[in-house]
Amino acid sequence: MTIFLAICIPFLMALLVPLMYTFFPKFKIGWFVLIAPLAVLGILASYIPKIAGGQTAIYTYDWVPSLGMSITVYLDGLSMIFSLLISGVGALVILYAIHYLSSKEALHHFYCYLLLFMGAMLGVVFSDNMMVLYAFWELTSVSSFLLIAFWHHRHASRTGARKSMLITVTGGITMLIGFLLLHEMTGTFSIRKTIEQAAILYDHPLFIGALICVLIGAFTKSAQFPFHIWLPDAMEAPTPVSAYLHSATMVKAGIYIVARFTPIFAYGWTWFWLVTFVGLITLVWGSFNAVKQTDLKALLAFSTISQLGLIMSLLGMGSFAYHVQIDTSTIIYTQATFVALFHLVNHSTFKGALFMAVGIIDHEAGTRDIRRLGGLMSLMPITFTITVIGSMSMAGLPPFNGFLSKELFFSSALATASIDMTSLPSIVALVPIMAWVASIFTFIYSCILVVKTFFESPKKLPDVKIHEAPIGMLISPIILVSFVFGIFLFPNTLAKYILSPAMLSIYPQGASQEMMTPHISAWHGFNTELWMTIGVVVAGIILFKLLPKWKGIYNRLPKHLTLNGLFNRALYEAENVSSFITRLYMTGSLRQYMLFVYIVLLGVVGGYFALNDAFNFSMDNNAPIHIYEVILVGVMGAAAIAMLFVSSRVTATVLNGIIGYGLSIFFVIFRAPDLALTQLIVESVTTVLFLLCFTYLPAWKKDRLPSRTKIMNGIISVAVGMTVVAISLSVLHFNEFKTISSYFENAYELAGGKNIVNTILGDFRAFDTMLEVVVLCIASIGVYQMIRLRMKKGGDRHENK
Amino acid sequence: MNQNNVILNTLTYVVFFMIFLFSIHIFLAGHFAPGGGFVGGLLMASGLLLLYVTFDLETVRKMLPINYSILVAIGLLFALGTASIGLVAGDAFFTHYFNHFQLPLLGDSELHTAMLFDTGVYLVVVGVTMMIIESIGGDQ
Repeated sequence: MTIFLAICIPFLMALLVPLMYTFFPKFKIGWFVLIAPLAVLGILASYIPKIAGGQTAIYTYDWVPSLGMSITVYLDGLSMIFSLLISGVGALVILYAIHYLSSKEALHHFYCYLLLFMGAMLGVVFSDNMMVLYAFWELTSVSSFLLIAFWHHRHASRTGARKSMLITVTGGITMLIGFLLLHEMTGTFSIRKTIEQAAILYDHPLFIGALICVLIGAFTKSAQFPFHIWLPDAMEAPTPVSAYLHSATMVKAGIYIVARFTPIFAYGWTWFWLVTFVGLITLVWGSFNAVKQTDLKALLAFSTISQLGLIMSLLGMGSFAYHVQIDTSTIIYTQATFVALFHLVNHSTFKGALFMAVGIIDHEAGTRDIRRLGGLMSLMPITFTITVIGSMSMAGLPPFNGFLSKELFFSSALATASIDMTSLPSIVALVPIMAWVASIFTFIYSCILVVKTFFESPKKLPDVKIHEAPIGMLISPIILVSFVFGIFLFPNTLAKYILSPAMLSIYPQGASQEMMTPHISAWHGFNTELWMTIGVVVAGIILFKLLPKWKGIYNRLPKHLTLNGLFNRALYEAENVSSFITRLYMTGSLRQYMLFVYIVLLGVVGGYFALNDAFNFSMDNNAPIHIYEVILVGVMGAAAIAMLFVSSRVTATVLNGIIGYGLSIFFVIFRAPDLALTQLIVESVTTVLFLLCFTYLPAWKKDRLPSRTKIMNGIISVAVGMTVVAISLSVLHFNEFKTISSYFENAYELAGGKNIVNTILGDFRAFDTMLEVVVLCIASIGVYQMIRLRMKKGGDRHENK
Repeated sequence: MNQNNVILNTLTYVVFFMIFLFSIHIFLAGHFAPGGGFVGGLLMASGLLLLYVTFDLETVRKMLPINYSILVAIGLLFALGTASIGLVAGDAFFTHYFNHFQLPLLGDSELHTAMLFDTGVYLVVVGVTMMIIESIGGDQ
């Protein structure tokens, strides 16, 4: 129950923020908001002993039971890691934001969005029900959209927010499809129950579809290649947002999904290949591109992309353990997953600190462009220390936690490369090479970050007096940096209490918790991993020194071939194509709309009859044809055809009258006296009405249509006429059911009348008559108001504003 | 009108009442012979139309000071009221009642609530037609 509260606290707090802002305008609202992550952190801390013991906590609240949707809060080792990061980094970010954002900003909006985001993230990692998970997932997309566009008066912010929204929501919806496919296979939305059935799922025809859909969702959110392009643009957000969303939490939601769904999907080989290699490509591509960035935040964004790729590829390597028996000899494969989790924590610490440090530089110096920065070391010593520690950890140097995870990453990569070649293609031999190359680039951009910002002589430093940031802003990065160092000193404590319970979540069928927790040591002898690290440092330093010489290769790639260019073009083309298609049919010409209606009628109704061979021209039951009918048809037909060619309106009216009176004679012949009477009088009255309006009508002018259109219209009208005639003939002898007209023959007994038509109109089916009378009434009101109440010249226009 | 249409005027005096009576006849006979409220109303309207054609709008308005929109409302009330009789009596909406009565002058006659409904139709049709014609014809 308390764990359920942990999700609710941020949302409740988000409700209170505007109230606080209204009633206590002088109060620094951030301090109030800080309660939320601290409370969550407190609740989580109380669960740590239980979770570390391998137990789990669960609380279920039925939301929509009929659809199998319940808010199931499930806390196990995996959720614990993520929720600790969310609340812990969240608290530090809020502390940082209190000092970072000036009180002139719309702070109540900012904290409201931030709390919404925090609650949504907690919901994502706690949800056991996939539908609820998806709901929270989209809420993270929406709240991050709001946060990225926090400075919505800037064009770049809006563009970045739109881009991230488009990409992550597309991924989210794809993931929803994946969840629905899983539901189709298993009949449950619960992740735990799906895991129980996992071993039989991978034969299912929908399995690959579900796997790819879920992975696309995870990849878009975690900025994996080629969906990473939204992350650098999202750097337009305020720096606390970048530190929180784009380094520690939201981008790790995809990692969480991959880790969470590993027990479901890892039974198939596709998972191993996709996750490992997409991760590795992201790792290399991200680190390669980070080197060319000139904006510090963009550099960190690409670095985040690359580190996320690293974690993703480790999860992929770890899934190999599903294809072997887990025992002491194969424990090296599950170790990859362990390293992924370990690096996840490490990355959050050092990347959060780096973002905050960059934010401080931006705040104090007024720019983040490394071409303008330089020589800040003596001006900002504390920020410098933070940045150096963060960068060294990022580059994987001792004595910081990044070193440990990088060493373990190398050993996992080596282990994967040495997997028995008979079962896997030799492409796995590429794994350690890619890892090593990416590490070199990581080293280079870490050097750039430190050297270009803090050493070298100041070039065109902005004209402000630069000094160290206030202590309030420094507290959060200092705490994070102390974690960077603390984890290096005591990695096994973290591993034992926080990381190893998560292994049970990812390998539920595996060995014991202790077995899957490797002993992390800073010094492990002169083995291959250490030589690789030394190689990284040497190659990195050489390449960094020679950077100006080879930087030119970045300009080789043509601009329109970049992924960003492709995205923009796709967006542009989508708009163009859709407006082109819309303009094709929304012409604004009634004549063309009528044409579409008739063509659809021909296609659908005529097509249906033609396809089902329902045309039936049997003439057997037809009544004999009289000479009067032939004459009448001849007259009416001649009038109808003549109407097409007349050149005066009066002639057309008279011809129309001929058709109307001919019709009433037909009614006489077919023994419908009521109809004949009514038709006669209606025809007369409408003709008089037409003549009344005659003087007001605009001059009759001949259509000047091109002959092609005329022929086309002619063909379509003839086709429609023939179709309708054919259908009428076909249904004429459709006597599947008896008619109900015999009932109305009892009109005298039932309704006290001998005129059956009138008893039907006034008694049997009087409801229709009443509403027809109402229709007449409405028509008359319409005519009245159009003529009497129309706008006077020069009057106010009330419509079409 | 400037011309002296004596023949038309004189004929109209006679013909209008013939049309009027015929429309009443067709309306009343509707339940047993061809006719009914709709045709009767239209006939009545065409009779009035004849008046409009013969005399001008103002003259006819003086002769027959009828507000046709009120006529439409009354007709609708008749139709709806008849339909609601069934509701009041505890039957379904639109239940009609009829029986034979010995009336003082007419002898054995059938009285039918459908007749009231038809009256409504009649009034609405007359009102609507005349409203439309007056609106269009009276427009400058």
